[in-house]
Amino acid sequence: MFLINCPYCGERDQQEFKAGGEAHIERPKQPTELSDDEWAEYLFMRKNIKGVQFERWNHAHGCRKWFNMVRDTSNDEIKAIYKMGEKPPSQ
Amino acid sequence: MTKNLRVKSSEYIDETNRISFKFNGKTYHGFKGDTLASALLANDVHLVGRSFKYHRPRGIMTSGSEEPNAIVQVNPGTNRTEPNVRATEVEIYEGLEASSQNCWPSVEFDIGGINNFLSPFFPAGFYYKTFMWPASFWEKYEFFIRHSAGLGKSPTTTDPDIYDHRNVHCDVLVVGAGISGIMAAKNAAKNNFKTLLVEEKNELGGSTIYENNEFNKIDNKAPSEWLKKEIEELKNIKNLEIKTRTSVAAYHQYNYLLARENLTDHLEAKDKTNKIRQRLLKIRAKKVILATGALERPLIFNNNDRPGIMLSSAIKKYSEFYGVACGSKNVFFTNNDSAYESAISLYNKGINVEAIIDIREQSESKIVKKVKEAGIKIYWSHSIVDTTGYKRLNSISIMKLSNDGTSVTGSKISISCDCLGVAGGWTPAVHLYTQSGSKLKFDEEKKVFLPNQNTSEQISVGSCGGDFKIDEIIKNLNKKLKDTLNINETDLDSIKVEIDQENSKRNIWLLPSDKPLGKTKPFVDYQNDATAKDIKLALREGFRSIEHVKRYTTTGMGTDQGKLGNMHALGIIADTAGVKMGELGTTTFRPPYTPLTFGTIVGRNVGKFFDIFRRTPMNDWHVENKAEFENVGQWKRAWYYPINGETMHQAVQRESKAARESAGILDASTLGKIDIQGSDASEFLNRVYTNAWSKLAIGKCRYGLMLNEDGMVYDDGVTTRLGENHYIMTTTTGGAANVLGKLEDYLQTEWPELDVYLTSVTDHYATASLCGPNSKKILKKIIPDLDLSDENFPHMSFKEVNIGSIQCRIMRISFTGEHSYEINVQASYGKDLWEKCIEAGQEFNITPYGTETMHLLRAEKGFIIVGQDTDGTMTPIDLQMDWIVSKKKYDFIGKRSLYRSDTMREDRKQLVGLLTDDPNIVLEEGAQIVSELNQSPIEMLGHVTSSYFSPNLKKSIALAVVRGGKDMMGKKLFVPMENKNINVTVANPVFYDEKNERLNA
Repeated sequence: MFLINCPYCGERDQQEFKAGGEAHIERPKQPTELSDDEWAEYLFMRKNIKGVQFERWNHAHGCRKWFNMVRDTSNDEIKAIYKMGEKPPSQ
Repeated sequence: MTKNLRVKSSEYIDETNRISFKFNGKTYHGFKGDTLASALLANDVHLVGRSFKYHRPRGIMTSGSEEPNAIVQVNPGTNRTEPNVRATEVEIYEGLEASSQNCWPSVEFDIGGINNFLSPFFPAGFYYKTFMWPASFWEKYEFFIRHSAGLGKSPTTTDPDIYDHRNVHCDVLVVGAGISGIMAAKNAAKNNFKTLLVEEKNELGGSTIYENNEFNKIDNKAPSEWLKKEIEELKNIKNLEIKTRTSVAAYHQYNYLLARENLTDHLEAKDKTNKIRQRLLKIRAKKVILATGALERPLIFNNNDRPGIMLSSAIKKYSEFYGVACGSKNVFFTNNDSAYESAISLYNKGINVEAIIDIREQSESKIVKKVKEAGIKIYWSHSIVDTTGYKRLNSISIMKLSNDGTSVTGSKISISCDCLGVAGGWTPAVHLYTQSGSKLKFDEEKKVFLPNQNTSEQISVGSCGGDFKIDEIIKNLNKKLKDTLNINETDLDSIKVEIDQENSKRNIWLLPSDKPLGKTKPFVDYQNDATAKDIKLALREGFRSIEHVKRYTTTGMGTDQGKLGNMHALGIIADTAGVKMGELGTTTFRPPYTPLTFGTIVGRNVGKFFDIFRRTPMNDWHVENKAEFENVGQWKRAWYYPINGETMHQAVQRESKAARESAGILDASTLGKIDIQGSDASEFLNRVYTNAWSKLAIGKCRYGLMLNEDGMVYDDGVTTRLGENHYIMTTTTGGAANVLGKLEDYLQTEWPELDVYLTSVTDHYATASLCGPNSKKILKKIIPDLDLSDENFPHMSFKEVNIGSIQCRIMRISFTGEHSYEINVQASYGKDLWEKCIEAGQEFNITPYGTETMHLLRAEKGFIIVGQDTDGTMTPIDLQMDWIVSKKKYDFIGKRSLYRSDTMREDRKQLVGLLTDDPNIVLEEGAQIVSELNQSPIEMLGHVTSSYFSPNLKKSIALAVVRGGKDMMGKKLFVPMENKNINVTVANPVFYDEKNERLNA
């Protein structure tokens, strides 16, 4: 059970949060101009890394804010947490 | 004729407090302070159970939670019965009853014992190999296997006890109150760390509290005396909370631990009532200090499982702590000095020790010399090759061990005995450590797995960290405490320790016998009857991974998780396969460390607290008017209102007719409501709905369809424009929370530039939906001042008015196809509003209807229900709702996906109406639809999604999804059922009032 440091509320139990999948996948600004393959890349393709992964999390039962997390999936170490729109920390 | 083996009074046993209890129907006596195991041993009862597979007689083996054999059913036949309880952990109380498990008709005479003689036919994987053919017979085999297997019996009546959960936060959690745990907790608390010390037993002090070895001294005192003084001092320390009878079950990441606190299990039945029995502590600790100790290992030799064969350390504890002699002719079998301490303990109490069999060549320690002086015979370099005694050990045979330890030589010596203490060294209890995700390393010299890489702020101290001698323990504990607590001095700095330094050990995982392995029974896992033979067989059959060997042989898969024998299993595999133990790794230790009751896990979330439920403000009225309810998400919704003993069908038919012929009223308060405000609110709606919103006038309503980015229908509902920058969106009842979450996601992450604010107001408003040709007249009675003309208040528009002093929002919208109004008031006025409507509607025979009638009425109109007629694979085009998809908008969620090659296929499943040729046959929802009956296999074209008998059309109607259904209008299809094929015709899904004339009726 993670202890997650919500950038708005501070340390809270994992129960209050919802994981939201891979981070930094931007919704295309002009979807209609994309080929089927390009759109499918955005829509379906996700990495599933063993190791350091960038993820979206939501403090669903708290402030409802979305934020990003850098997590090592091999040992669940949370390496960094940063707000939406902020630059990811360099590795 | 029971013997009393109580040898000498112990300060932990209150001999003035005599307690009677029953075991297998027979009454015995013990004293306050006894466990069931110590009390039985004092009565010379060793035989307590039968083994799982061979039904071999088994006795008490240990004195703690690692017990594999003595697992009993407590209070059988009562509502407090509990199976698989370790007799070594049950504190006795007046009236306690317990019985053996896995034996029939009794533990003394068990029919299943025949399995022992048939054991050559039950090798590892027996069930896998034997019952595979023919595959269809498995169901028959299973019936018999399930009846002959199994441990205790689950209770069959409601648990009378209360269970509880509690969140606990602390700076330092110390697990285990042996010498290391006590000193760690004391120093942490003294240095202002908020400290919690938990101990699974009812007494503090671990094994040191009865450690009276004269060669070990702490500050010139016997370790037990010294520790008692330390424990006494704990009481005066602030910041320290101590919980006994509290067992840590799980150690999760980020120092989150679950512990079970046992509050009433040791009390008499009359003292248990109305108290919390067990409490689950959910502990979040900044730092964790594991002081879980070590478990003594048995030795693996032929017939090492007979009642009377115990761990040497357990014999010592029964003698020193409980004042009980486990036998009158004791023998020890050892590979290290521990057994000598036990032997001296018995000797000092006048209990007879016949001999010590030691596989080492010699030992020069002081304690060994003391045993020699006591005149106890020691057989060096000898091993036990066999034991006898079916229900109780009566002799052992020993032979000289070869130099390499792989065979025995010379003549066999038989020694008569009734109790054998085995001492195979110590295994650090690293179970919790590994549960936390931390990694172990194998220590080749000590032959143990030790903590190596920690994943959270934690340390392992004492013997669970690999320190077995008191001087090592104190020295390393001191250093670790200073590092982890960041302190400069501790109470341990000035402690002087003297110990018996010798520490030799000879490790042989599987001891040889004079018989070939195939003819012997060296048990590795006592509870699951796995022998060394089974493990070797698994290796011969090609299993290599320790995880595979474990599952194939079931080694370590009992309720004790193989706490005693797992190391031997690993050792035997390593030796046989010729690999190093460190490379082999261990199997995974999983929570819980010892079994938990279901009560502890669920706590107070039972009965009506099992799940959250939500009720509307009108709920009391529905209850008073005998509504039947259905669960929709977490909501309890009125389903239908039967009167005069009506069936559901009769009630729904009546309600449906009334709503169309005069007036009906529905509690629609559960619909999700999201308040949307901000200067970009219109643009936001444009992006999340498929249709256009910019031109919606203030005071008007519009139906919207929301897609996922993959183009599939996600939710629907009516949104009303309340002001220039203000909308109220309604969602489906079940989708409300998810829709809000999804919209927030887009707002915060994709479109942060939009000035839009979302607020859930579902619970703030109560909604009564008034429908039918007389709804207008009823509303007029309630709000005489409001102009209800179509010109002033047309369909799909909104008015904010007052009913008396109550402000309300009225939308003229319809989910039934009838002229209707949805009246929203502040939730607290919901019931008033409802009752006003009912009263005003009296003269028009206003009929309350529930969700079932709502579904029927909308199906007559061909309106979809998201989640019933859709399943996450339907696009708006599939639903024949092209009209709601804007062609002009550049983008909206899901738009691009509507032009993917797959979503544009003509042969996708599409929503159609179905009419049965016989209008009285109502199709079953979910029924399959085919076009040909004579094919094999029959191709399935689709399925029925909604189906009702329409009282207004006087025929059966259905909605269905059918492959290529759009182009099948009028086509004959079939719905094959179990006993008949139903002929159906594809029809327009709008069955009733196709021209929408009734909306303005």
